[in-house]
Amino acid sequence: MASEVHGADEGGLVFHPMDQFTVKPLFGGDHIGMFTITNATLWMALAVVGLVAMMVFGSSRRAVIPTRAQSIAELAYGFIFKMVEDVAGKDAVRFFPYIMTLFMFIVFSNFLGLIPMSFTTTSHFAVTVVLALLVFVTVTAVGFAKNGAKFLALFWVSSAPMALRPVLAVIELISYFVRPVSHSIRLAGNVMAGHAVIKVFAAFAAALVVNEIPTAVGIIVTPLSILGITALYALEVLVAFIQAYVFAILTCVYLRDALHPSH
Amino acid sequence: MATDTHAAAGHAADAASAPGMPQLDFSNWGNQIFWLLVTLVVIYFVLSRIALPRIAAVLAERQGTITNDIAAAEELKAKAGEAEAAYNQALVDARAEAQRIVGEAKAEIQTDLDAAIAKADAEIAAKAAESEKAIAEIRAGAVDSIRDVAADTAKEIVAALGGKADAKAVKAAVEARMKG
Amino acid sequence: MEGQLAHIGAGLAGLGTGLAALGVGNVAASYLAGALRNPSAAASQTATLFIGIAFAEALGIFSFLVALLLMFAV
Repeated sequence: MASEVHGADEGGLVFHPMDQFTVKPLFGGDHIGMFTITNATLWMALAVVGLVAMMVFGSSRRAVIPTRAQSIAELAYGFIFKMVEDVAGKDAVRFFPYIMTLFMFIVFSNFLGLIPMSFTTTSHFAVTVVLALLVFVTVTAVGFAKNGAKFLALFWVSSAPMALRPVLAVIELISYFVRPVSHSIRLAGNVMAGHAVIKVFAAFAAALVVNEIPTAVGIIVTPLSILGITALYALEVLVAFIQAYVFAILTCVYLRDALHPSH
Repeated sequence: MATDTHAAAGHAADAASAPGMPQLDFSNWGNQIFWLLVTLVVIYFVLSRIALPRIAAVLAERQGTITNDIAAAEELKAKAGEAEAAYNQALVDARAEAQRIVGEAKAEIQTDLDAAIAKADAEIAAKAAESEKAIAEIRAGAVDSIRDVAADTAKEIVAALGGKADAKAVKAAVEARMKG
Repeated sequence: MEGQLAHIGAGLAGLGTGLAALGVGNVAASYLAGALRNPSAAASQTATLFIGIAFAEALGIFSFLVALLLMFAV
């Protein structure tokens, strides 16, 4: 796509910002079946390894005075526990392991994805859609199991004038079903956007030498794009955490709606 | 750039082929979803069976320890307060005792002093009386002697002048003179 | 020709991300103004802040996605 879009000056620059998201079989072959070990599998497994290292081995000494690793695990525990309690309510605490699972998986995937040359599992809609649908199904099931038909009061805004209520009910219903869409696309989109933009800057960073010929414009472009990569990387570190946090906190908000549908 | 051609190409690392969006390559969704579910189940069990109960236990234990330590600290603080009060009491007692001893010593010394002064005064008075008496005696002795000498001298003078001295008159004259 | 039109469309869709940035900035600015006026209530509202930012940003991400689709998948 690069050569015809850009001028002759940058003819040698190659932009493949989306290549980093390609799913490839790890052990040869082109076909990706259901159980093929791919790079996505590898990085998911690494997320599990990292999580076990942090949450299980970190806390294995059960020290009253925590070591550094243990205090990180305790910090994560306290952070999510407090969030579930504050946002979703005290009776949502039994969903804490579930939300913790989502949060830890997303956090580890996001941060592992920031390692150069790595693969970011959370940048794939296949992953985030499943995560969001799990939340959606769980929340809906919990809502109906806990409140029965009263759960539908979520869509019936009793504080609005009677004439407006059916209209609002339709809007609420639509927004309810849009939830998993925005929930999943927000995460994948954020992660993908940041990584793709970093990749574009990385392509510009190669402007110093195009087609093995040094270029004058590269003297300015290359340092600027390296600076840009650094700044964006810092932003992405922030985004990696905030998106995991947002995903978890929205799950809590949806759970609160399911547990206490009256509003 | 349709997804099926992309899927057929397998991986689009080749610069010549259209990059496309790997996210929309639905041929590998099954694979990803399968491994994602495996991952999530593993994480869920690791967290809910091992990690979270353990951390919860550690946090509870720490909370207990902190509560106990705070209670112990309160107790020690109370004890320290008591000890301080006892110390202060002892200090007050000691001060009072010292005051008392000083007072006693002072009183004793005062008594001794008074006694000594009284004795000295008495002695001085006695000595003074004695001396006065002696002086009086001496003075009396001296007056008598003067009278005798005056009478004798007057008698002699009268005799020398050729008269006959009447002892009684001379004596009376001397007496009169002595009084004047 | 059609591909070039798609690229133009992608550029136009990309404007949406910038507009979403306005929204996110607005959320953060309002939060900061409120937090400076009443700092004691600020800490309890950080969760709301992030939810607001997330909702505002989601729409920007949608337009980014549209741009990507026009670039790579149409």
